Amino acid sequence: MIELDHTDHAILDALRSDGGMNAKQVGDVVGLSQPAAYRRIRRLEADGVITGRALIVDAAKLGYGVTVFLGVKLAARGRSAMADFERAVISIPEVQLVQQVIGVHDYRLRIVAQDLSDFERILRRRIMTLPGVGDVESNVLLSDE
Amino acid sequence: MLDDTDRRILRQMQADPSASVATVAERAGLSHAPCWRRIARMERDGVIKGRRILIDQRKLGLEVQVFLRITLDKTARNAFDAFILEARKIPEVTAMQTLLGRVDIRMDVTARDLAHYQEIYRERIMALPHILDVESLMLVAELKNSEAVPV
Repeated sequence: MIELDHTDHAILDALRSDGGMNAKQVGDVVGLSQPAAYRRIRRLEADGVITGRALIVDAAKLGYGVTVFLGVKLAARGRSAMADFERAVISIPEVQLVQQVIGVHDYRLRIVAQDLSDFERILRRRIMTLPGVGDVESNVLLSDE
Repeated sequence: MLDDTDRRILRQMQADPSASVATVAERAGLSHAPCWRRIARMERDGVIKGRRILIDQRKLGLEVQVFLRITLDKTARNAFDAFILEARKIPEVTAMQTLLGRVDIRMDVTARDLAHYQEIYRERIMALPHILDVESLMLVAELKNSEAVPV
């Protein structure tokens, strides 16, 4: 764990509320000069606290109306089965999130699709054909609370 | 509507969200001013909603992340509303979604360590109304986390 002071936490809060702010804007929010804010942001990045940035797009406006959470259990066991599955699954463009978990499933995925028939196509052609894949459970996102 | 050039710009921006407009323009094969105008238009139209920073929770001392999958007792009236209202009050619940499938609700719970998680689970989660069943998945590793959609 890395020692962060109040100012670091204030910077993280500011960037959580708007990840598009530049060092000048962050500095204005937390009461630092632009160079001081810049240095602290760079240090948070160098220490691995901030691991990157993501562009937020409106998926619906780009034609993607359906989000589905999948729970996947591997049928095959062993390290090479996991590695083969992981390599293949992260390269599917519709798969946004891949998390290895402990519990009733081995992996959690989040998938975007244009509609339910597009999702069925992705599930059948891309997910069910992944190496080592076993049981798959789908839950369609209704709303983000 | 987006044309092929817009899509080329979006692909570059999704792949490298920190890149400057100049860099995006060069990679997408157009000059700076038209690229800037197209990005501004996509932001105005709400196609580009903003940017999010990615934070390593473990570096902040939050070692445990658990995904709960909850089945509600739907015979109770307003089970969803009552549950969601109460669950929103728990600060360690960092995300919550309603689903159509075998489970009704999923939520992310973040805790300092297992003892802290145990406390949240017993004192706060199990006290939520209309729970029929809870399944837990504990995060081991995140292999991909992207907001990107194929364009």
